[in-house]
Amino acid sequence: MKISKYIFIGILFGITLYKSEAVSWFRIYEMFHFQSFHMYGIIFTAVIAGMGIVQLIKRTHMRSTEGQEIVFHPKDRSVPRYLIGGFIFGLGWALAGVCPGPMFILLGSGYTVFIVFLASAMFGTFVYGLLRSKLPH
Amino acid sequence: MVPQFLIDFKDFISQPWPWWVGGLMIALIMFVLLVFGKEFGISANLRIMCAADGAGDFSEFFKFDWQSQGWNLMVALGAMFGGYLASHYFLSPDGDIAHVSAATVASLKELGFNYEQGQVPLVPEFYTWESLFTLRGLVIIVLGGFLVGFGARYAGGCTSGHAISGLSALQLPSLIAVIGFFLGGLFMTYFIFPILF
Repeated sequence: MKISKYIFIGILFGITLYKSEAVSWFRIYEMFHFQSFHMYGIIFTAVIAGMGIVQLIKRTHMRSTEGQEIVFHPKDRSVPRYLIGGFIFGLGWALAGVCPGPMFILLGSGYTVFIVFLASAMFGTFVYGLLRSKLPH
Repeated sequence: MVPQFLIDFKDFISQPWPWWVGGLMIALIMFVLLVFGKEFGISANLRIMCAADGAGDFSEFFKFDWQSQGWNLMVALGAMFGGYLASHYFLSPDGDIAHVSAATVASLKELGFNYEQGQVPLVPEFYTWESLFTLRGLVIIVLGGFLVGFGARYAGGCTSGHAISGLSALQLPSLIAVIGFFLGGLFMTYFIFPILF
């Protein structure tokens, strides 16, 4: 029962990104050409609703089902890490038209070649782990 | 006999979803995870999967209590299920179509994709096993995957962790990361695509 709720959340996530076409390479292509509001609409709506949710949680000191107050850990302050890492991620996002969520969703919807994409992404993460101490952060 | 309202409901959600429905659903998913005491971030699964495969022998970065992150793997597993359900049971009336703009259809033609409006597929035809034997397919699938996996961990998150969770919590580092995502994406789109296609 404990894990089934997370599977259910994942199912909702998968259906949402599939039905709103965010899993589509062509939608990502369109976004980076500024030819439609669609993808921006998805992100802006999620962020604006998300801001309201975060404020609500903070102001009401909402507790999680685990019993602790929900806290938002501030991320480490830095510029190069986010800018360079983000740039590299963006190259891959535009090239493949998928980010990690759609990778799992499309694999599940029958595009089995995404297992190769997933293996490559794991390898990329692994290489980052190896080089971590040598990279600017 | 399936009740009529269930059939109506299935037809209703099988339509393509407008952007605001997608956005609100994503915010709801983040909220439910927060209520369970978890942070929404899909790319963390790549690190968990590396750690579970024994990458801790090679780098300290993979020595962490990955078993406690099993919930996130369940979200990823659910996402795969969701993709299966959406593509097999909640298919749009006009099929797996990306309803992109006329401007996109026109610029796709310049790239060599000869689609008419309303016929652009959701997933391009280069996502097949055969295209791994072409240079373009190999670059997109293998190099694309590598850049996504490397970049997401370097930046400390992907679209879900930075663009959605981070921006919602007004985290400045996430804004920098999202600016990086777009600079990288635009560089790829405008400078590399003309060479690749």
